[in-house]
This record gives sequence, structure tokens and C-alpha cells, in this order.
Amino acid sequence: MRSKSAATLAGVSALALYSSMAVGSKYNLPEPQSVIAQDIYDQHIVLMWICLVIFIGVFGVMFYSVLKHRKSLGYKAANFHHSTTVEIIWTVIPCLILVVMAWPATKTVIAMKDTSSPDITIKATGYQWMWGYDYLQGEGEGISFFSKLSTPRAQIENKAPKGENYLLEVDNHVVVPVGKKVRVILTANDVLHAWWVPALGVKQDAIPGFIRDTWFTADKPGIYRGQCAELCGKDHGYMPIVVEVMDADEYSKWVAAKSSAVKTSMHLENK
Amino acid sequence: MAAVHGDAHGHEHDDHHPSGIMRWITTTNHKDIGTMYLWFSFAMFLVGGTLAMGIRAELFQPGIQILEPELFNQFTTLHGLIMVFGAIMPAFVGFANWQVPLMIGAPDMAFARMNNWSFWLLPVAATLLVSSFFVPGGAAAGGWTFYPPLSTQGGLGVDLMIFSVHILGASSIMGSINIITTILNMRAPGMTLMKMPMFVWTWLITAYLLVLVMPVLAGVVTMLLTDRHFGTSFFNAAGGGDPVMFQHIFWFFGHPEVYIMILPSFGIVSEVIPTFSRKPLFGYSSMVYATASIAILSCVVWAHHMFTAGMPTVGQLFFMYATMLIAVPTGVKVFNWTATMWRGSMSFETPMLFAIGFIFLFVIGGFSGVICAIVPIDIQVQDTYYVIAHFHYVLVSGSLFALFAGAYYWIPKWTGRMYNETLGKWHFWLSMFFFNLTFFVQHFLGLAGMPRRIPDYNLQFADFNMISSIGAFGFGLTQLLFLYIMISCIRSGEKAPQMPWDGATTLEWTHLPTPAPYHSFEKPPIVK
Repeated sequence: MRSKSAATLAGVSALALYSSMAVGSKYNLPEPQSVIAQDIYDQHIVLMWICLVIFIGVFGVMFYSVLKHRKSLGYKAANFHHSTTVEIIWTVIPCLILVVMAWPATKTVIAMKDTSSPDITIKATGYQWMWGYDYLQGEGEGISFFSKLSTPRAQIENKAPKGENYLLEVDNHVVVPVGKKVRVILTANDVLHAWWVPALGVKQDAIPGFIRDTWFTADKPGIYRGQCAELCGKDHGYMPIVVEVMDADEYSKWVAAKSSAVKTSMHLENK
Repeated sequence: MAAVHGDAHGHEHDDHHPSGIMRWITTTNHKDIGTMYLWFSFAMFLVGGTLAMGIRAELFQPGIQILEPELFNQFTTLHGLIMVFGAIMPAFVGFANWQVPLMIGAPDMAFARMNNWSFWLLPVAATLLVSSFFVPGGAAAGGWTFYPPLSTQGGLGVDLMIFSVHILGASSIMGSINIITTILNMRAPGMTLMKMPMFVWTWLITAYLLVLVMPVLAGVVTMLLTDRHFGTSFFNAAGGGDPVMFQHIFWFFGHPEVYIMILPSFGIVSEVIPTFSRKPLFGYSSMVYATASIAILSCVVWAHHMFTAGMPTVGQLFFMYATMLIAVPTGVKVFNWTATMWRGSMSFETPMLFAIGFIFLFVIGGFSGVICAIVPIDIQVQDTYYVIAHFHYVLVSGSLFALFAGAYYWIPKWTGRMYNETLGKWHFWLSMFFFNLTFFVQHFLGLAGMPRRIPDYNLQFADFNMISSIGAFGFGLTQLLFLYIMISCIRSGEKAPQMPWDGATTLEWTHLPTPAPYHSFEKPPIVK
């Protein structure tokens, strides 16, 4: 009996070790870079543990039964077929577990939906197959550009070695300042698209003829990559999103450079 | 019991029916029609599976190798449509045709001629769907959910798909009306509703769901058709319509559809587990109530497919809570199956293996379903490989494994011959291994940020995609083993004993000879 419980303990701890390794690997949700992304990450971990415990409980019982209650071992079948008490218990307990799951999720949903009083507002427009960005409000107002895949065709056709950011690189990054609330307004020009940056915990469909919005506040400077997440035709796989988060000073410099470039081009157009 | 056998044998002389191809074209016999449904769905399963092999071959390595992006999208779209409407749904109708009359003690289905027609619509629809690959512009490429405006852009292939869905829908509606009428009116004397086998119960509830939602699907594809060709703007914002309205209507059909494909599996598993545990099903009435609750809840959760489309906070919360609630009756079912096995006298023939495999993997799919129901997490995993993994856990290791369990379980009754038990077990273990190799890693791909429906991906996803593709090729080949097992069983299997499964208690085992005669239960049995 003792050796059995020791074996069980070893098995469970090996499983726990394995799952914590998986948690740390690149095959989990990406490292969160905003409050919302952090909430999502934490809730996912908690849910995984709850699921794992239930899974081990249910299948522990089932596989014990599979091993012991075999005809080949001469086990004689019992003949019970219902028990109201047991059935009520295993209806009520899952309800309680669900409440535990739903509580933090509800708070996050409410926070995610609060797009009020942003520092900067950017409109993102989905096109087949690129993104257009217009800075509508806050520092950088008036900046406007398109953002297209910059991976060379040769890499896609296997004629050149693929780079580290293969299919996740664009010509013009969406630049935002660190620690500021950025509201992203979304629409599309032709078909549905979806604007998704996993590290920032943001995904929102872009719908032609309609406006939707979402928001994020980036915790740290850095470059965060995402992709269009709604099938939008042939080149759906080729319209990535790259958000570059800068310190306030650098952001101001970027705005200044971008605005003068805009003025120059308008000047040229007017000639 | 013996008297009943003698009776059934006595009627075998009356089996006059045309032979050759005319037997199958003109048949009104529920067994013939059931057989045709099953072969048709298996053929479609192979077609859909071939498309899946193409998808996985393209995704074997990063870069574009064999399928250009447009063709890749056609493959994913048709893979989904063919598997849902051509393989899984008709397979369950095939089981209903064979088993419902046998299990309730009825001589045939209520509307025998309509039954013939509901089947023969299917090959027509399938031809339209598959031939759309060869029309100018190719097949529909907007995903099996064909969201506009993308599906408004496509060519002739989209129209063929719309007509095909219309026909498949008509077939499903007729099939389900037939099943409802049969179950409600043709049960043997003494078989009250609460004495019906679970398989019959689950199909009764499924059939009601079908009658409820298939017309909605027909409506939405018709609206799409008129948007495409007759100048309406249901889903076009420029004309005052709304693309998101399509999603609401589609998923009002689409979510109950998910349960249409899983409830009959619950039924099959609820027959197999007690038989091989040699113990009655635990909590029969709570099983019935759980099935009904799942069906009712399934009608009020549709917008959980649309959490990223943007809806009010209360909307998101309502659909999150309602979706999570489905875990409760589903949990009750799993607990009941476990309690049925507990202190049974179990043996592990192939149907039992597939049934246990079903529970094990379906629960994993159920857990990932609860995780997807949590709105904040869904925002991350929606439209990624996580969702692909989730619904293949419920559709392949759910519905398909239950279909395999049912096929191995009832084939002795249908053919009078036994399948090869060793090969059956190989089929199970290979399916189990390759299925998990294919789909378990896709959870990680989705979490790490790989969107679905892309033909090419970043290098960080390369290793798990390769593993997944190897698993998929193995799973595909394994299903040819199933075909071999079934054909060799039908042709030259050992003669099945009268009662191949000593734990079986339903009418087809206790009151009919093996194989079941062409016409059975001409005089209804008395159920006590």
C-alpha cells in the first residue's frame, strides 16, 4: 500500500513538473505585456489546474474501476442504478466550481470593455491584405499610414532562408507610447478582418461599415507581433500586425519625424 | 424469447424485393436505407479526410509547397462542410435508421418512402459540393462558416455550396421528422418514453433540434444567395445590412448543430458502456434530463462563437454564463458513465475501447470548451489552433469514436458476422495514438499564437506543425484499416453467435435473431 501511494505521489509530482515546464515554454500564451493580458494569462493557468484536478479525480476513479472491476478477474457486477443524493451532489459541485471560474472572468470582461478616456486613439482599418492606421486623437494626431507584410516573396516560395520574424514583419510599425491607454477603433474596407496582438491581450474583429473598439496599455517598451485572426481571403496569412512600444521621449521624436514627413508629402502633393 | 425467434424466421420467406441496383434505388426498408447512409457517410469521410491530408501536407513545413493559399482555403472550407454535413450527420442518421426501429420494436420507419428520398438527396448534394472544385474560380473558400462579405465575393463554387446546403438541409429535416414520428408513434406496447433505450432518447431530442435549426440554416444561405445575385443587402453595410447579423443567424443554427453531432454519440456510448460493464446504466432518468437540458441550453449560447465580433458587456457575460452552464449536464453524463462502470464486470472488446476512449478524450474537449467559454481567454484563443484542437477533440474523438463504437457494437446484428477483434483493437489503439499526436499539440500552437486557416506560419510553430501532420497522416491511414475490417467482416467474418454481447439488454438483442431479418417486428414485442 505504501509503495503504491509513493508511486502515486511521484506520478503526480512528475505531472506537475511537466505541466509547469509547459507553462514556462513558448507553447503557452505569450508573456503578458498589459494588465488585461496578465489577467488572461493568470486565469488560464488557474483554469488549467482546476481542470487537471477534476480530470485526475474522474479518471482516477474510472481507471481504478477499469483495472479492478474486470470480468477477466472474475469480478461480479453489482446491480445499483441510481442514487438521488449522489446525483444532486455531482450537479451542485460543478455549479460551484463554475462560479469560482466566472467571478474573475466577469471582472476582466468589464475592464476589457471600458474604452473610456484614452490617451491616444488610433483607427485601424483592415484591407485585403494590409492594415491602415490613422492616429485620431492624442499625441501624434494626424499621422496616417499603411502597414504591409515585409517578408520577401522569395522566403515564402522557399527560395531564400526564412528570417526570425518570417510572416510577422511589416514595413510600418504601429508606434505607441509606454504606459498610456491606447484605444483602437476598428473597421474594415472590404471583408471581415481581426486585429490581434496576443502579448497585449487584444483581439477585435474589424467589420466593414461598422465601428468597434478595444484598448490596451503596454507595460514595457518592445515590439509585439500579431496576425489577422479572421479569414479574409487568399492572403489572410499575410497581414501581420506589429506594435512598437516606445518611451515617451522616443515616441515624441517618432511623432515629430512622422508629422514632418506627412507635411512634406502634403507639400509635394500640393505643388 | 424462443417463440419470438420462430416467429421472425417464419417471415423470412416474405423478403421479396428487387435485386441488384434497383434494390437500393427503390428500397423503403429501413435497414437498406441505413446501410446506404452509413456507406455514403464513410465515402464522404474519406473525401473529407483526403482534403485534411492536403491541408496537413501543406502545413508540414513553413513556406508554400503544394497548395497555393486560395486552394488551401478551398480545402479547409470543403473539409469542414463535407465532414459536418456529409460524414458525421448522415452517419448518425444511418444509425438511427438501422437502430431506432429495432430498439423500439417497430417494423420500419414511419415514412418509408420519404426515408428513401431523404437518403437519395444526399448523393446529389455531395456531387454539387465536390464538383465545385472544378468550376471556374474553384470551390467556396470562405471557411465552413462562410461569413459574408467574404462569401459574397466568391464565384460559382459558393452558389453550388449554397444549393448543396439547401438540399442537405431538406434531407436532414425529412430524416428528423421521420425519426420523431417513428419514436412517438411506433414504440412497442409497454415501451413508455421513460423505458426507451438512451440511444433512442438522444435521437428524439436531436431530431427536435434538427427540425428547429435546419430551416434557420436554409434561411441564412438563401439570404446570402439573394445578396449575391438579386440585389438584396441583408449582410452588406453599404445597403443598410449587417455582416454580423449573418453570424448571429448562422450560429443560432451552428451551435445546436454541434449538439446534433454529439447527442447521438452520447446515446451510443450509453448503450455500449452498460453492455460491456454488465450492469444497468446509472442514473437513466438524469441522463434523459441532462440530454434535454443540453439541447435547450444549446439554443441560447450561440454568440459565444462571436466574442471578438464585439457585443455589449452584458451580452458577453450572458453568453459566457450560459455556455459554462452546459458543463453541468455534460458533467452529469460523464459521472453517470463512470458510475455505470464502477463495480461492473467489465470486458474490453473494441466497442468498449472506443466508448472509453470517447469519454477520456471528449472530457479533454469539454475542458477546453469551458476554457473557450471564458470570454477573456476566448479573446486570445478564438480563431486559433486552440479552437481547432478543441472542436476536433469533441468531433473526432467525440462523434467519430462513438460512431466507431456503434459500428463495432452493432455489426454482428446487422451482418450476422463478427469483425476481427484483434484488428479492431489495433484500429482503436492506432486511432487513439495518432489522434492525440495530431491534435494535442495544436492546443500549444493556438496558445502560442498561430491563427487558424493560414497556409503558412512563422518558424516558431514549425516543430509542432510537423508532429501534427505526421499524426494526421497516421490517423488517415488507420481509417483504411477500419474499412478493411468492415469489408472482411461483411464478406468472410466468422458467424456471429445469437448473443455476441452477453450484457446487452435492448430489444434488438433480446427479441431478434442474429442477423436481424430483412423484415423485423412485424408483430410488436411486448415490453414489460
